[in-house]
Amino acid sequence: MNKRTILSFCAVFLSFLASSSVQAEYALNLRAPVTEIATQIYDLHMLIMYVCIAIFIVVFSIMFYSLYKHRKSVGHKAVQFHEHHMLEVVWTIIPALILIGMAIPATKTILAMKDTREADMSIKATGHQWKWEYEYLGKDVRFISTLATPQEQIHGTAPKSEHYLLEVDNPVVVPTGKKVRVLLTAEDVIHAWWVPSFGVKQDAIPGFIKEVWFRVEKEGTYRGQCAELCGKDHGFMPIVVEAVSEEKFNAWIASKKAAAAEAAASGDKEWSKDDLIANGKTVYEKNCAACHQASGAGLPPAFPALTGSKIATGPIFGADGKMLKDGHLDRVLNGVRVMPSWKALLNDVEIASVITYERNGLGNSTGDVLQPAQVKAAR
Amino acid sequence: MSTATAKHHDDHGHDSHGHPTGLMRWVKSTNHKDIGTMYLWFAFTMFLFAGAMAMGIRAELFQPGLQFFQPQVFNQLTTLHGLIMIFGAIMPAFVGFANWQVPLMIGAPDMAFPRLNNMSFWLLIPAALLLVTSIFVPGGAVAGGWTMYPPLAIQGGLSMDMSIFALHILGVSSIVGSINIITTIFNMRAPGMTLMKMPMFVWTWLITAYLLIAAMPVLAGALTMMITDRHFGTHFFNAAGGGDPVLFQHVFWFFGHPEVYIMILPAFGILSTIIPTFARKPLFGYTSMVYATTAIAVLSFVVWAHHMFTTGMPVAGQLFFMYSTMLISVPTGVKVFNWVATMWKGSITFETPMLFAVAVVFLFTIGGLSGLVLAILPVDIQLQDTYYVVAHFHYVLFSGAAMSIMGGVYYWIPKWTGHMYDETLGKWHFWLTTIAFNVTFFPMHFTGLAGMPRRIPDYSQQFAEFNMISSYGAFVLGLSQLLFLYVVIKCIKGGAKASASPWEGAHGLEWTVPSPAPFHTFETPPVVK
Repeated sequence: MNKRTILSFCAVFLSFLASSSVQAEYALNLRAPVTEIATQIYDLHMLIMYVCIAIFIVVFSIMFYSLYKHRKSVGHKAVQFHEHHMLEVVWTIIPALILIGMAIPATKTILAMKDTREADMSIKATGHQWKWEYEYLGKDVRFISTLATPQEQIHGTAPKSEHYLLEVDNPVVVPTGKKVRVLLTAEDVIHAWWVPSFGVKQDAIPGFIKEVWFRVEKEGTYRGQCAELCGKDHGFMPIVVEAVSEEKFNAWIASKKAAAAEAAASGDKEWSKDDLIANGKTVYEKNCAACHQASGAGLPPAFPALTGSKIATGPIFGADGKMLKDGHLDRVLNGVRVMPSWKALLNDVEIASVITYERNGLGNSTGDVLQPAQVKAAR
Repeated sequence: MSTATAKHHDDHGHDSHGHPTGLMRWVKSTNHKDIGTMYLWFAFTMFLFAGAMAMGIRAELFQPGLQFFQPQVFNQLTTLHGLIMIFGAIMPAFVGFANWQVPLMIGAPDMAFPRLNNMSFWLLIPAALLLVTSIFVPGGAVAGGWTMYPPLAIQGGLSMDMSIFALHILGVSSIVGSINIITTIFNMRAPGMTLMKMPMFVWTWLITAYLLIAAMPVLAGALTMMITDRHFGTHFFNAAGGGDPVLFQHVFWFFGHPEVYIMILPAFGILSTIIPTFARKPLFGYTSMVYATTAIAVLSFVVWAHHMFTTGMPVAGQLFFMYSTMLISVPTGVKVFNWVATMWKGSITFETPMLFAVAVVFLFTIGGLSGLVLAILPVDIQLQDTYYVVAHFHYVLFSGAAMSIMGGVYYWIPKWTGHMYDETLGKWHFWLTTIAFNVTFFPMHFTGLAGMPRRIPDYSQQFAEFNMISSYGAFVLGLSQLLFLYVVIKCIKGGAKASASPWEGAHGLEWTVPSPAPFHTFETPPVVK
């Protein structure tokens, strides 16, 4: 291949880059930091990268100079040296000194990152396949946060929204200027909670609790994703954190509590079958469809079908009126193998609704109704 | 030797003891050259197969949204691509080189244990069949990533058991092969070839073989614990039963990090052979190269937890693993400096093997430096499990290991086939591979920094442009390897006759035997002065 061909290749590539950069804003670097730690990481990365680029340029300038000047085709004769002890010592020691220079600021940042003492508030985040559950410790607020992007956008039948795949139904809300400690664990497999703008990424490990912290200085909405492969929908469990002023945060806590109280009250009344089915469809699509599929067909053998399932069409209660072991309600409340326990995640109304929906929708028609009060009694 | 051969003739009446023919020549082969050839073809087949999977991955990632594969199938593609490239393509290819070249380079007639050698190769076939056929069992192939972290891997179906069994078999093959290589190197060197006169390629393989013997049983241990967790009610990795999911990661990476060097040290050996040849100068700093290789091997056992910076280790552990990881760049740097010094004031020509060698030094260093960026723990917190890591390990594994293998094939193929390869097509293959590789993987540094997690089938729109560029590059990169296949077949079928030593600057015992190398070489050991 001659030089012209190579040059024209490069020209085509560069013009391709140039033409597409006109259309789009390129994300080239770490996202803009909004915490002290993220700022330190950003600066650390820039420092290390510049040092690496400098080393790279020096070494390869020498190599390319040699490749150009010491060619056989320009008549260069090989000089037969093959050892130089001083040189070996020098190019061992200089990199070692550069490394020490890099290690010092990195160590400082690590010590700061690991210091979770004296937090102003704590949030427990639990990873589930494939959603996040948040509990504001001591504030009696608890909710599930799932992907809000509709399936139509993912499958290309609707135009993609601005925050495609990075939007949730219930964002985490935190006050600015406060040291927020996040306690991380998981229900089923390992997940990782990652918000790039905070410089926080921590694996959520089932059976263990790990801590991280952040203090957001700037109000805004910050988006992240699960960063540890956790199965089928690993790419579809984003994290959204809204940082607001302390007043707004307190108002938000109050509104969350009010909503929870209202939901609990609605569990005491008798529900109509149609209301339960309508409510159950929403609950099902948010929480169950990822595995059992929106149609109820499941993904056997990992995730069984609900349509025509022995459990979803069989009896819920035994002859003595008690909840049947391995019956429909037992499975939903207590889980089995990879099926999680929903006891703590859904309230009585939601569980009653979703079970009623599963028994009368998805191609099933048992005709029976499960009331929230029955769920409450069975807990 | 000749009397023994004559006696054999009388016993069996074969027309030629040295040249069995037909299928049985390969099935029953104890000849290091035939076994080497089989290893190389096996590796190349697996390389194309896993490469085709990568094409599938890049097709799905061509634009946002789900177009070709459901998420579970996508995870199967990424998992199998990784497993097969590592255990089916890169590792067997290097063993193929060891089989062909180690006896030729040290003046030995064959490997120390020819029948074990046959067994090492033929164990690969059932292992590969288990991995490939696992795609068709209910639930599909393994989808938990090549690292197989529990509890996710414990959720997998039958294919998980098949893959574990496959890896056990591959481990046996590697250990047996390594014992063979070590014994050959220690006992069968030509008179006069002291350890410090051995070619650098032999040195790197000697050290690699020790790494394999130390690391593969550790993987086997982790996988055995996994299988008892899956089927026999143990709880090694289940916190509810008193176990720890992270224990698997510690054991896995105790294998996994030496494994990284298992895949790069023989590549360093190939570079240290090619560069002096085409610079027409001896390797600069041979002694320090030996020490640097040994230092890398030793350090590779104390850096494993840098793969686990986000698991939340205690601060002392994090600091230790950050410092030890940073330290590895010192001996690696020494190697790069020595290669550049070998080129310095040489009389350089740019045949295809040299083009590959220069590109590997250049591109591997990019991968090495991005590795240093990743070693800095706070930065790694942002980059762990992003496309930056994908870029990093493809720069060391593709433009480090795979491109060294390609360079090595061009370098030694005249010896193997007796023909020169087509230089023009070889250069086309080189330029297409190098340019397409960079178009594919360089943009991943940017998508990773900007926050795109790896192992996701769909991504937010800010990453769309770079992913499309990567996909275009990947398709060209994949297709270019068919050109490689063509060049190799063309060279086997014919081409200019290669002399015993076709490269002007080449030294070493392998160039003292005719091309193609006869079925049996060095039946009388050569004397090295």
